[in-house]
Amino acid sequence: MTALLGLDPLAIGDLIWAPLLIILLKVVVIFALGLLVTMFMVWFERKAIAGMGNRIGPNKAGPWGLLQTLADGIKLFFKEDLLPDRADRFVFKLAPYLAFVPAFLVWSVIPLGGDFSDGKDGLVEWFGQTTRVQLADPPVGILLFMALSSVAVYGIMLAGWSSGSKYPLLGSVRASAQMVSYEAALGLSIATVLLLAGTLSTSGIVGNQGGFTDWHVVSTGIVPFIIFMLAATAEMNRPPFDLVEAEQELVGGFNTEYSSIRFGLFFLAEFMNTVTMSGIIVTLFFGGPQGLFDIPVIPGAIEGTIWFIAKVLVFLYVYVWMRATLPRFRYDQLMDLGWKILIPASLGWFMLMAVLQLGRDEGWNRGVVGIISGVVIAGCAGLMSAAVRTSRANREREGAMF
Amino acid sequence: MELVVFVLAAAMILVGAVGVIVRSNPVHAALSLILTLFGVAVMFVAQNAHFLAAVQVIVYAGAIVVLFLFVIMLLGVDRSEDLSSEPFRIQRPLAAIVGLGVIGLVVAAVVSSRDAIMVRGTGLNVADTVGDGDTNIKQLARSVFGDYVVAFEVTSVLLVVAVVGTVLLTRRVKGSGKAS
Repeated sequence: MTALLGLDPLAIGDLIWAPLLIILLKVVVIFALGLLVTMFMVWFERKAIAGMGNRIGPNKAGPWGLLQTLADGIKLFFKEDLLPDRADRFVFKLAPYLAFVPAFLVWSVIPLGGDFSDGKDGLVEWFGQTTRVQLADPPVGILLFMALSSVAVYGIMLAGWSSGSKYPLLGSVRASAQMVSYEAALGLSIATVLLLAGTLSTSGIVGNQGGFTDWHVVSTGIVPFIIFMLAATAEMNRPPFDLVEAEQELVGGFNTEYSSIRFGLFFLAEFMNTVTMSGIIVTLFFGGPQGLFDIPVIPGAIEGTIWFIAKVLVFLYVYVWMRATLPRFRYDQLMDLGWKILIPASLGWFMLMAVLQLGRDEGWNRGVVGIISGVVIAGCAGLMSAAVRTSRANREREGAMF
Repeated sequence: MELVVFVLAAAMILVGAVGVIVRSNPVHAALSLILTLFGVAVMFVAQNAHFLAAVQVIVYAGAIVVLFLFVIMLLGVDRSEDLSSEPFRIQRPLAAIVGLGVIGLVVAAVVSSRDAIMVRGTGLNVADTVGDGDTNIKQLARSVFGDYVVAFEVTSVLLVVAVVGTVLLTRRVKGSGKAS
């Protein structure tokens, strides 16, 4: 039973009221927090982009326009819910939830705080009970994130198909091809992190990143982080990889036929994904709630949350910044980047990290290991680029245009 | 508790499996297949095989059925099929015979090996589930990359051969064949 649930140190032993209440409280707080953060994110993105575009942005509803998202949400609730005549009714209604629920569930495995100093392993004391500042810590932690992101593809894919209209279908086919191809690079860069962490659980991954030099962005070399960041952007269909919603070509993309709160769910899911993906990046590469220095006065558990929020905010800003500054990729460029650069690079880097790790364990000469792996990687990269150039030349001879 | 989980998961699997066969729309059939795969994942979790459950969802539900749906949508065969017409007359009786035969074989295998399954650790190599969650993955890794590494590598070579073969077969070089 405990092994089946095995998610929280609270759930071990007899279930009595206090732990049960704490778990319930955690569920409610994390759900509400997720919605609030998403609301804030929508406002933040509009405001920041407005600033970069030399405009004012939302400024009427509430102070600095903070309540604009709430106003938009209420408006969406009261709008007419259209159901296209040619739609597949059941799937059409199901799709928004398939997009929304996985986006929310990822929240449950991200460590949102906790005290990781002095081998405390992120456990905190609340009302005399030991628990984590995260909803669940399953043994497969980060794989759950992968599973949920692959389930999220269905939301977009089925939304486009069930609309019974050609632009949404094109948008959803693009989306699913893009998400499936970038998932490989995403998974391989996560694998590099797991190689060093030696565990799949998210709290274990955070626990492995004690100081700045242990942060995985440093200890894996910066390459997996860059690959993860690019692949995550494509996975979320955010600019510059937002071909799914290319207005000039596809009207509105997969959600063209959706209106009212069903559209609202897609919209929420998209922004929720941005926030959770930033959380995952921070967890994997930037030590999650682990701080660079000790903030005085504030107790350890709250300090972790402050660090986590600060780091996530940086990435949220980066995503908005990318949207405001980068032009959209062309579809063949997108696929070239994914298959010919990101996947080989992440695979090569994974092998390199594995060899270095093995060398450390076996006590091999570091210089020799470094030189040999450098030569092998250079050779593979040369072969790869030669293959790409040959196939390109072949296609050009057959009359393809680039 | 285990019984409740089993009954629910089994119901998911069966409803999904029947749906794959009965639904006339290919997209609905693929969705039913996802239901079955999730049911199997739940079964894995109930047996403490968390890693297999996650991989089941990532690989089967996340990649393979997505490819099925992709092909269905791209080829535009997502119309409802008329299930009453029958191109091969003998197909359905044959399918029934083969199906019954498979069920009979599985039941016979389970019945004959019941003693081995009932007593833990004597007949079958039961995975060790005590300890932290990672031991599960470590045991799996040790048997895949240690004990059965040759079979594993041969399988991957087979897959590469299949991929290269598919690319070669579908690629038309201009000039040598019919230009499209």
